[in-house]
Amino acid sequence: MSLRATARITADADGGLPLLVSDGPLALRRTRAAGPYARVTVVGAMSAPLGGDRLAIETEVRDGARLLVDSAAATLALPGRSADPAAYDVRIAVGDGAVLRWLPEQLVSAAGSHLRMRTAVDLAPTARLVLREEQVLGRHGEPPGTLVTRLTVRRAGRPLFDQELAFGPEAPGGWDGGAVLGGHRATGQLLVVDPAFADKPVEARLYGENAVVSPLAGPAALATAVAPDALALRRLLDEALSELAPF
Amino acid sequence: MTLSALLVLADGRFPAGGHAHSGGAEAAVRAGRIKDAADLESFCRGRLHTTGLTSAALAAGAAHGLDPYELDAAADARTPSAALRAAARRLGRQLMRAARATWPSPELDALAAAFPRGAHQPVVLGTAARAAGLGPEEAAHCVAYETVGGPATAAVRLLSLDPYRATAVLARLAPEMDHVAGRAAAAARQGDVDALPAASAPLLDLTAEQHAAWPVRLFAS
Repeated sequence: MSLRATARITADADGGLPLLVSDGPLALRRTRAAGPYARVTVVGAMSAPLGGDRLAIETEVRDGARLLVDSAAATLALPGRSADPAAYDVRIAVGDGAVLRWLPEQLVSAAGSHLRMRTAVDLAPTARLVLREEQVLGRHGEPPGTLVTRLTVRRAGRPLFDQELAFGPEAPGGWDGGAVLGGHRATGQLLVVDPAFADKPVEARLYGENAVVSPLAGPAALATAVAPDALALRRLLDEALSELAPF
Repeated sequence: MTLSALLVLADGRFPAGGHAHSGGAEAAVRAGRIKDAADLESFCRGRLHTTGLTSAALAAGAAHGLDPYELDAAADARTPSAALRAAARRLGRQLMRAARATWPSPELDALAAAFPRGAHQPVVLGTAARAAGLGPEEAAHCVAYETVGGPATAAVRLLSLDPYRATAVLARLAPEMDHVAGRAAAAARQGDVDALPAASAPLLDLTAEQHAAWPVRLFAS
């Protein structure tokens, strides 16, 4: 039996969370604030999504609000009884003067699973965003499932960033070759959007052989990293995080 | 539509400056990720299904008559590497010069005037294809072919790879090029720029920035 669930978060400028709605495997908890940030932790998503499931999280960060969203554990995509892919949709809106730090744990694609994840972010002109995505292909020593992720960010109604990644047995060929992953089993992106970058653009920067920060064609920068495993990947992205997003 | 116009546009001898770019192959050779024809094939296949599909759809969109300014913004959003955005605009500027001389058209003139430093190359290519009387399918085929042709030619020079084997790689990829071109053209015909493919390749983005920082290199990208 496949499952449908939509969790909802709304954050206000006064630190309140007027909407915090868990649904099915997506349990949301208000956790201890981190500095000026109201904090929500996604717990219990461990065993989902299974094949055929349709999960969604809708988040609204209202004007002037500061919200940190993290998760208690990695999200593990597993095969289900249904042969259909699982779908996981994240929809985010961040208002003027608001800040969202979206820092979940890794997405792990287990053997035989098929997950399509879609993240759509709408930013007001003066909104700030820190968003991390990490794709880990297979649990330890197992081949990956099929994972397709698309991250679309619009700022003031204009496209700022749009990226689709596809890995695994049902992805188009060449994903494991020298142009895409080159045998790495973990990859991740850290996106930072800050209107202040308009006056002080981020410069391209290399972090060793496996990570790079590049300015986007707007007030934003993206760290891209590949690594043999989740731990090494996180180390690279954390380094970029501390330099790009001191807020 | 004349098929021969497609051959003129897709020909490596068309003076648009593409021969100076390796499509990421130079960085991949240095990193040891392309050592032989088999590596070249998997590199080209990965590039074709990622940045190749995305670029082919942008070109098909321009050939179909979608708004070139929106397409250029979509190309920016789909190109997180600053080095690759710069290369795409440089190539777009060079292609524009050749295309305006070859197929004079008010649409090319308008695009050149709007982007004096160069529009993204696939957008220029699609507009040039349109000026040449070609449609989205032909524009997408042209991009799919150059997506794999560039690295293959570069690998022959960088590795002294047997040119027969490199050409055989291209021939083996032909059905997949057709498939990618078909998907790209179908997406363009939907008419929604935001919904165009955005397939991308982490290593191409990563190594493009590394490559741009090399003091000495054979290829521009």
